[in-house]
Amino acid sequence: MLMDRTILLSDLNSFYASVECLYNPPLRTKPVAVCGAVEDRHGIVLAANPLAKKFGIRTGDAVWQAKDKCRDLTVVEPHMDRYVAVSNTVREIYQDYSPQAEPFGLDECYIDLTGTDHLHGSGKMAADSIRARIEKECGITASVGVSFTRTFAKLASDMKKPNATTVITRNEYKQKVWPLPASELLMVGRATAKKLTLMGVNTIGQLAQSNPDVLKRRFGVNGLLIRAFANGEDTDPVGATGWRPEIKSIGNSTTTPRDLVSDEDIRLIAMLLSESVAERMREKNFLCRTVQIWIRYNDMTGFQYQTPLPFSSRTAKLICDTSVRLALRHRRPGVPIRSLGVRACNLIIDEAPQLSFLPEQAADQRQEQLESAVQEIRKRFGHFAIERCSMLADRRMSGLDTRDAASSQSVAFFRGEK
Amino acid sequence: MSKIYVRVTSECDTGGNVIPLVVYWEDGSRFDVDRVLDVRNAASLKAGGYGLRYRVRLSSEEFHIRNRERYLYYEYGLKPERWFVEGKDT
Repeated sequence: MLMDRTILLSDLNSFYASVECLYNPPLRTKPVAVCGAVEDRHGIVLAANPLAKKFGIRTGDAVWQAKDKCRDLTVVEPHMDRYVAVSNTVREIYQDYSPQAEPFGLDECYIDLTGTDHLHGSGKMAADSIRARIEKECGITASVGVSFTRTFAKLASDMKKPNATTVITRNEYKQKVWPLPASELLMVGRATAKKLTLMGVNTIGQLAQSNPDVLKRRFGVNGLLIRAFANGEDTDPVGATGWRPEIKSIGNSTTTPRDLVSDEDIRLIAMLLSESVAERMREKNFLCRTVQIWIRYNDMTGFQYQTPLPFSSRTAKLICDTSVRLALRHRRPGVPIRSLGVRACNLIIDEAPQLSFLPEQAADQRQEQLESAVQEIRKRFGHFAIERCSMLADRRMSGLDTRDAASSQSVAFFRGEK
Repeated sequence: MSKIYVRVTSECDTGGNVIPLVVYWEDGSRFDVDRVLDVRNAASLKAGGYGLRYRVRLSSEEFHIRNRERYLYYEYGLKPERWFVEGKDT
């Protein structure tokens, strides 16, 4: 029988809030929430310290909701440089235990300690040692889950917070994990959880024991995947730190400072997003064959639409024109738009470009050369060194820095953000 | 303020090891580092930060001090990288 793996998931508690409290000692005795800028409509709680959580404040609450729950709440703006610095220092600590440490966002990391008993002791001993080091060397705490699969290690880490180690062994997972709601399982999002409830599957245990054929019919291959996770059968390896996931799409989305109402509003933001996506595709040497847009209205409902391109491309112009066409065709007329997203899918690697005699494709290739040159200028002199005229129409909207809101989706798990 | 950034004169050897030699206080008074007793990564909850923590033995001619042990932190995580001490009576 193959030996079980020892997998840890280390989760830094209330990360942003903890870092702010580390660097600002007077905050430690107060309820604190780290929030995005309210003026730019990013005013949501990014993290809350334990004192604030006692008032029921959670990540994702709007700032006004948080202040409602706790009148004396101290709101702090985020300092990303600090979070990146602390995260990197903590990751160095993980390296002392195993080269197979796979970060998941700034505050989580999977660590594979299989076969290191003679070096660090049992999984629990290593986890306790890691927590002690993080606290001593960085001044913040972590919850660590120890188990034989990634899925259970993650569930274990959520069980005791803050500052604790939780172990789930092969003999225990049925008692500890199966009673939990199915929605807590990795890869089970809101839509899947709802469909499962309609099938009468509410807990992870019920999912684990469901008929595989039924699951396959309703959810496809992913149905079998989540059933395997529920049974402690995920064999996904924990990637070594230098691991690069295969990128399947490149997208960028943003919530705009004010709602988008006119066609011109949509065109402007779509161009901003498309330029950013195009730049990233150029950097990574990709072309795309499908363009997808995502719209969220001011009533918080949203939809996605996609369409194939007539030929592979990565010009911001084609991506923008395509996105705008999709948006204008499918949008609910008259309903203001709060957030917009543009995604390039069906990526292929850009090999030697062939000259095309199709006029549209030839024009697109010339456009590609133009945009490439602009990108070079921006790399040397900054993004705003050269701009499209259309950006001047509304400076407040076009001054957005869309590079920060970018995301790439990989074959393995979602990275926690869009 | 419990966290005081200080001016330090240091030396870097060919192995990349940084050794503090002199620490200057806010008022300009100078403390010589006679010896580095320990170096390790550590957080200072009192000061509010973390870095490479040097335990140093200081002396000062001006104040007739010898064998004063203190923690000196090199804050490598943030930019700009600099040295700090925990605020106290000297």
